[in-house]
Amino acid sequence: MAKQHVVIVGGGLAGLAAAMKLAESGIHVHLVSMVPVKRSHSVCAQGGINAVNDLTRQQGDSEWLHLDDTVYGGDFLQHQPPVKEMCDWGPKIVNLLDRLGVPFNRSPEGFRDQRRFGGTLFKRTAFAGATTGQQLLYALDEQVRRWESEGLIEKFEYWEFLDLILDGNNQCRGVVIQDMFSMEVRSLAADAVILATGGNGLIYGRSTMSMICTGGAAARAFRAGVKYANGEFVQVHPTAIPGTDKLRLMSESARGEGGRVWVPRKPQDPRDPQSIPAAERYYFLEERYPKYGNLVPRDIATREIFDVCVNQGLSAEKGHLCVYLDVTELSAEAHKKLWGILEIYEKFQGVDPRTTPMKIFPAVHYTMGGLWVDYVKKDQSGGLALDSLKNQMSNVPGVYVLGEADYQYHGANRLGANSLLSCIFAGLIVGPAVEAWLKSLPKSSASDSPASLFDNAVKPHQQRMHDLISRAGGENPYHIHNELGEWMTRNVTVVRFNKDLTATLQKIDELEERYSRVGLADKSNWTNQNFSFARALGDMILMAKVITKGALLRDECRGAHYKPEFAIKGPDADDPKKLHQQAEQWCKEFKQQTDKWLKTTIATYTSKGVEFSYEPVDTSLIPPRPRTYGLKGAEIIEKTWKEMTQGAAQKRTEPIGKPVTANA
Amino acid sequence: MSTNDHHHDGHGGNGHGHSNERMVSVRVLRQENPHSGSHWESFEVPYEHGMNITTVLLRIAANPVTTDHHETTPIAYDSCCLEEVCGACTMVINDRVRQGCSALVENLLKDSPEGITLQPMTKFPVVRDLLVNRKPMFESLKKIKAWVHVDGYYDLGGGPRISQKEQEKAYPLSCCMTCGCCVEACPQFNDHSAFIGPAAISQAVLFNAHPTAKVDRDDRLAVLSGAGGITDCGNSQNCVKVCPKGIPLTDSIAQTGRDTTIYKFRQWFGR
Ligand SMILES: Cc1cc2nc3c(=O)[nH]c(=O)nc-3n(C[C@H](O)[C@H](O)[C@H](O)COP(=O)(O)OP(=O)(O)OC[C@H]3O[C@@H](n4cnc5c(N)ncnc54)[C@H](O)[C@@H]3O)c2cc1C
Ligand code: SF4
Ligand code: SF4
Ligand code: FES
Repeated sequence: MAKQHVVIVGGGLAGLAAAMKLAESGIHVHLVSMVPVKRSHSVCAQGGINAVNDLTRQQGDSEWLHLDDTVYGGDFLQHQPPVKEMCDWGPKIVNLLDRLGVPFNRSPEGFRDQRRFGGTLFKRTAFAGATTGQQLLYALDEQVRRWESEGLIEKFEYWEFLDLILDGNNQCRGVVIQDMFSMEVRSLAADAVILATGGNGLIYGRSTMSMICTGGAAARAFRAGVKYANGEFVQVHPTAIPGTDKLRLMSESARGEGGRVWVPRKPQDPRDPQSIPAAERYYFLEERYPKYGNLVPRDIATREIFDVCVNQGLSAEKGHLCVYLDVTELSAEAHKKLWGILEIYEKFQGVDPRTTPMKIFPAVHYTMGGLWVDYVKKDQSGGLALDSLKNQMSNVPGVYVLGEADYQYHGANRLGANSLLSCIFAGLIVGPAVEAWLKSLPKSSASDSPASLFDNAVKPHQQRMHDLISRAGGENPYHIHNELGEWMTRNVTVVRFNKDLTATLQKIDELEERYSRVGLADKSNWTNQNFSFARALGDMILMAKVITKGALLRDECRGAHYKPEFAIKGPDADDPKKLHQQAEQWCKEFKQQTDKWLKTTIATYTSKGVEFSYEPVDTSLIPPRPRTYGLKGAEIIEKTWKEMTQGAAQKRTEPIGKPVTANA
Repeated sequence: MSTNDHHHDGHGGNGHGHSNERMVSVRVLRQENPHSGSHWESFEVPYEHGMNITTVLLRIAANPVTTDHHETTPIAYDSCCLEEVCGACTMVINDRVRQGCSALVENLLKDSPEGITLQPMTKFPVVRDLLVNRKPMFESLKKIKAWVHVDGYYDLGGGPRISQKEQEKAYPLSCCMTCGCCVEACPQFNDHSAFIGPAAISQAVLFNAHPTAKVDRDDRLAVLSGAGGITDCGNSQNCVKVCPKGIPLTDSIAQTGRDTTIYKFRQWFGR
């Protein structure tokens, strides 16, 4: 029998963590990436990585509270066992990164420094300046380079993943990939394939994501039969700056270090912001959410900024929507910790944010939805059974998915600094899962499969390339992409209306039709980026449909998915008795909405098009509750909800050894 | 964002309104493949507020027509993060090596109002147009064992205690994005020399200072003492001037000079 092989597609944090973990177990890995792995999108991550630590623990924090913050932040849409396992692993993962040489910021005594992030009251976030993702990626890249020099990992950089190769039993036997220089299309046999290909922000034209974040690879796996879950959940980050090609992020860490968001109380006050006295500034997040202040979770901060600018007309500028993100009051020490992002602002805006408040506005940022993956729960702990071959495996046997490309950990809204954690966590636990899978296979390897299986998989892609390149169509792929981005950004982001979603679906159909007539300016067979982009555009159009249709079908508000037409009206009566009645009514409707919609959207690609179905969510550890974040005026909802559910809560059995702590 | 009547995402347009008809002249050195010759092509691109070089290249890709109305192909180039943190889009812009994404057209035109020239880096083989193959830089990182050799990835507790001072020394060195600016500027790094270049030297300093990675210190110093090592550096200090991350490369070079001297001494005395 030939040697078994694992192909990992994607060399961001998730893919690299998986590669090094498998190499450690002596498993041979082929690592495929469109860009040299050291340049993967993960380098962009700025703020940090979450894990309970010795300090927060003494302030009352625990892994259980990290779990609670994560599922409350995600509006309860994620299965809780994998999230629990991830939060339990948090401290171990940060320790490991520390051992790998990540230059985490230090306290004067030499311990790791911590900052606070959104959606929590604890300083749970470890960081390396304001370029944490870069530093983590480099640490893993170095480990992978070491294994590469020992012969366990072989890299295919500047190779693009095109397809999965499935045998007659629908089991994965390899991948089709293309050399982005020579344009050669070939197959790679694999007994297991791990997809760690990141998010799909480019569907929105400009976002905070990198040029390669088209989601093309996930779309190709979707076409090949992998289910796609919760596509309609797209994170719009509250604080980004404009740009002609990218909306650059100003990390939540700016607020974690004390940065404040405000607008002048007088609409478009023409004064220099520094000369506007405190009393004439509207610190709307702090006023409305006294408990969390500027660090409410992202979906809420984004909606508030949007509301202040669009509905209340308080944008700091006329004709250009923005609010101030103000770090001018912070110490030089804090400025130093934020160096990486302050430098970005200064470089691209030409203004020093240490002395002038930054102008920011929300931008598409993170893909909560993703390819569907499985997990196996361990009853004693409430977490995962880590010896199971099913963890992180998709519905296609032998295909695993990790990182931003999967849907598993962040529900309806991701908390800041939880993504780096979920990427590395999934990368580490997929090791034993893949190992178990390889052991379970009959004594043959994918490379023993008949050559025809591989040839037949490669040929259609060669043909498709030939067709697209030689087509004499008149449509310009870049223009179609711009239109797609504009429609998606206008209608499928912060505030969603069914009529707009319907119109967007029609528009996408039109773009799809035009896409079939795309003609390329570059007809060459050497390093044809024009072609590669046009091919990914087809994938983006498909996934735009999945996102928009999912949004249209989901008639409720949950996390980042907000439909005013289906928002439950908040209690507002002056009379206390009436107010209480309204709150009861609110809670009843909330309960109904939860019963109806607390489920995972599943999209399946069929010959008849995309089909939608729903799956229940495992909320066995922490029952769903209204998500108020201490909003002023919503106290009555929290109180009423507690009264109404008290009986039920007592009946709940808690996992062994984990005390239920009151929510953070 | 349907109620927004300004721009779709509040971030302003993306350049298809051409309200401002100011044009930017861009000359690009093009090369079809590694074996073909190169030639210049000129383009006129409508100016947009805040425009950078990667946007210019995107606009040309959408409308690949030269100044003299010749239909041509989009320009091949490397890019990813678009915020000067991945190192991909390094090229020679107005005769200076730097990242295209952080090169703002407005600033470039201040120094050179007649237009902008784009060329590929010269120290690496051209794949096509502005895209070069920087694989040798990654290979150098293998030679100097640029990693912390840990026992494994199981949970073995935290790393060594590290002082603020040490962190502040390590972090800047660890920001090297293998972009290649330093080697492009280095007169000693070229076809006829085996010089490993300043980026790799600086990485060796980073790992030699790490409490755990120190174990491989002698191996690193052996490489840097040998052919293509530190003695090839002519100390012209070009590298440090072009590093976009402000990495103190000449400090690393000086440090390595001292370390290799001591290392060689120890070798002579067999200890
Ligand atoms: C500006 C910014 C700041 C952020 N800050 C934080 C933060 O502070 N904390 C936090 O937790 N999260 C943060 N995030 C989110 C986090 O960075 C990402 O979710 C995470 O890095 C994704 O990692 P990944 O490994 O899943 O994929 P990526 O890093 O996106 O890597 C994807 C990989 O797949 C490869 N690939 C893709 N398609 C193909 C294909 N077709 N063929 C071959 N290879 C392919 C790419 O080459 C790449 O190697 C931030 C995100 C952004 C945009
Ligand atoms: S100092 Fe040394 S490494 Fe730097 S540019 Fe000069 S010769 Fe090259
Ligand atoms: S040292 Fe500086 S110039 Fe050289 S590769 Fe690293 S980041 Fe680029
Ligand atoms: S695209 Fe990453 S540095 Fe320019």
